[in-house]
Amino acid sequence: MESLTFSQKLTQFFLSWLVLFIAWLGFTSTLAIQEVITGLLVSLLIALFTSRFFVCCDVSIFAPAKLFYVFYYLFVFLIELIKSNLDVARRVISPTLPINPGIVKFKTNLTSEYGRMVLANSITLTPGTLSVDIIDDTFYIHWIDVKTLDPVETHREIAEKFEKILLKIF
Amino acid sequence: MRDILEIIGLILLLIGGIFLFLGGLGIFRMPDTYNRLQAGTKATTLGGMSVILGVGFLEPGWIIKAMVLVIFIAFSNPISSHALARANYKRKNYPYLKGGAEYDQYREVYVNQENKEENK
Repeated sequence: MESLTFSQKLTQFFLSWLVLFIAWLGFTSTLAIQEVITGLLVSLLIALFTSRFFVCCDVSIFAPAKLFYVFYYLFVFLIELIKSNLDVARRVISPTLPINPGIVKFKTNLTSEYGRMVLANSITLTPGTLSVDIIDDTFYIHWIDVKTLDPVETHREIAEKFEKILLKIF
Repeated sequence: MRDILEIIGLILLLIGGIFLFLGGLGIFRMPDTYNRLQAGTKATTLGGMSVILGVGFLEPGWIIKAMVLVIFIAFSNPISSHALARANYKRKNYPYLKGGAEYDQYREVYVNQENKEENK
C-alpha cells in the first residue's frame, strides 16, 4: 500500500468517490438537485476516509474485447449458483445426509490479486465448495463431498471452469 | 403488464422463501461449522437475491435499489463466509472428517507455522 505514487492515490480516490456516488444515486433513485449535492458531499467524505482500502485501479476489464468474457462469466456464474443451491437442497433434504467433508488444496494459474479474489468468491458459491484460505497461489477449499485428494485433479474438478474465463479477463 | 410483473415478483418471492427455508434447515442439520457455512452461504445468497428482486418486481419504483442490494449481497456474502471459516480454523475448531486425517490438507499450514515458532 505504501508503494503507490501520488497520481495512483488520486485515481484511487476519484474512483472510490465515483463508485460511492453511483451507489448513492442507485439507492435514492432520484436526480433532485438537493439529493445529488448531499450525495456528492457524503460520498466525498466517505471516500476521503476509505479510499486507501479501495482496490480497483485495474479498469482494463472494461475494454470491449474483455467485456464479452465478463458477461459470459456472469452467465456461467449464475448457472453454477442455481446448481449449487439445488445441490445443497438435495443434501439437506435427504434423510441420510450424504456428505464426506474435507479440506483440499490446489494451485491456481491466475497471477493478479483481483482475479484470485473473484475466483475464491466464485468457488464459495459453486456446488459443495467453500474457500477457506489463499496462501500465495495455493487455495484451500472446504469440500462437502471430497472426490479426490490429488491437487491437479481437484483443480480440474473445482476451478478450471472459472479459471479459463478469468485468465482471459485479468 | 402490471399483472405479469406481479406474477414474476410473487414467483421470485416464493423461490427465495423456499431456498431460505432450506438454508435454515441445513444450518440445523449439518454436523460442523464449515458444513453449516456451506448450506448457509449458498442458500442465503440465492434466496436473498430472489426475495429482493421479487420485491423490486412487485414495486417497480424500487427496482434500482433492489439491483444495488443484489450486487452488494453477491459480493459480501462469500467474503463473510470465507472470513468466518478461516477465523474458525484459527481458533482450532477442526472440521468434522468422515474419511480420516488425510482429508484435511489445510492442517499442514498450521503445523509448519508451529514448527517455525518452536525453532525461533
